[in-house]
Amino acid sequence: MAIVNLSGVRKSYGSLSVLKDVSLAVERGTVVALVGRSGSGKSTLLRCINGLERINAGEIVVDGRRVEQNEATLRALRQEIGIVFQSYNLFPHLTVERNVTLALSLVKKMSTAEGHAIAERVLNQVGLGDKIGAYPEQLSGGQQQRVAIARSLAMSPKVMLFDEVTSALDPELKEEVLRVMEGLAREGMTMILVTHEMDFARRVANEVVFMHQGKIHEQGPPSRLFVEPATPEFRQFISSAIN
Amino acid sequence: MGYTFQFGEVFRYWPLLVEGAINTLLFSAIAMAAGLAVGIGGAVCRNSSNRALRAVAGGYVEIVRNTPLLVQLFLFYFGLPATGLRLSATEAAILALIFNTGAYSTEIVRAGIENVHRSQVEAATSLGLSRTQAFLHVVLLQALERVYPALVSQFILMMLASSIVSAVGAEELTAYGNRIQSENFRSMEVYFVCGAVYLGLTYVMRFVLAFLARFLFPRRRALARA
Repeated sequence: MAIVNLSGVRKSYGSLSVLKDVSLAVERGTVVALVGRSGSGKSTLLRCINGLERINAGEIVVDGRRVEQNEATLRALRQEIGIVFQSYNLFPHLTVERNVTLALSLVKKMSTAEGHAIAERVLNQVGLGDKIGAYPEQLSGGQQQRVAIARSLAMSPKVMLFDEVTSALDPELKEEVLRVMEGLAREGMTMILVTHEMDFARRVANEVVFMHQGKIHEQGPPSRLFVEPATPEFRQFISSAIN
Repeated sequence: MGYTFQFGEVFRYWPLLVEGAINTLLFSAIAMAAGLAVGIGGAVCRNSSNRALRAVAGGYVEIVRNTPLLVQLFLFYFGLPATGLRLSATEAAILALIFNTGAYSTEIVRAGIENVHRSQVEAATSLGLSRTQAFLHVVLLQALERVYPALVSQFILMMLASSIVSAVGAEELTAYGNRIQSENFRSMEVYFVCGAVYLGLTYVMRFVLAFLARFLFPRRRALARA
């Protein structure tokens, strides 16, 4: 039984159709990389999974629960789904520790001590245990993004979504974030990521999904997809992504 | 100009001046706290998806900002009794100050809220926070931190404008000044001293508000130290 199941998902902004009948199943413990040109609908697809975007048709089921647009359902669901954004979206007025523990205390009603213990654990996991008292603006982009990952991890999600999390980072900072993500994948976290890092997708993903004009154009394990692309669109995309 | 200043004639009344200064600070503190609460509520209404709430809050801001404080005060003090609600001069004065400050605060807080990027709410609700929690813990605190200097200067303007409530005899600094000069006929000295006391009060307020900010917005303190 897939942990994330999309069937017949359609999404449009006014007359602009962004997702056209997308179906996708993600198995527990696997890493799925969504790739494609900008405007192909991959980020929108990701944002539909935790209900940040409302779908017009079709169905999304995460861990047996249907994604619906009412606050109670979404709140319950979002405790199971972590999401990390391209622009980090840390809370700038709060310390790193409070960024991590805010939802623990407000949503999971944990005590300060319990929250602190979890914050220490997840920050150590992303290699930032020493930055627990810092404010976001005192950190580099790569460090901020790792805090954002830790903030998601603290909620013990069953699935994590990554929306182009390294796109805003310099090459040397990308590596530290990708290393953290690779570690998570090794530990068996179910991950769906939108990425432009083809090497990373090839190395870490179990499944690569190529999106083109709002549809899944081609999909399969990277070992096959990158070696023998079946469609000319994907072939062209790979060669332009690598050069 | 053969005028001889005789400040002794004013300082004789020092207990009255002290009481007036304390009352002015007290009126201002109440109007600040309540006005800020009204301002936050007003800003929420102005950003609401409910059209009626938006219209009411918008109308409130427009009316208050485009009519004189003195007229608003007269409405509370002389106007309300016609409806059966009789307020003391002090009550009418405080209500008018809250009513007035609330409208200006609404616009300031609204500007702050609109400057907090939507992605902050997305990040908060993606962690399972409710919309209300996201607003209180993520949006509002950041908004207030950003517009705090504007709020402080608005509050100081309000404190100075509170001298107007002497027109209905509310017991604050200017009203006591009026009383003193009606007894000793030393208008020049009396209002000179009143002005100096107001000047002192603005520094007291600035100091207190800066002190409060250290607790409300710990980030500034942390970054200033670093």
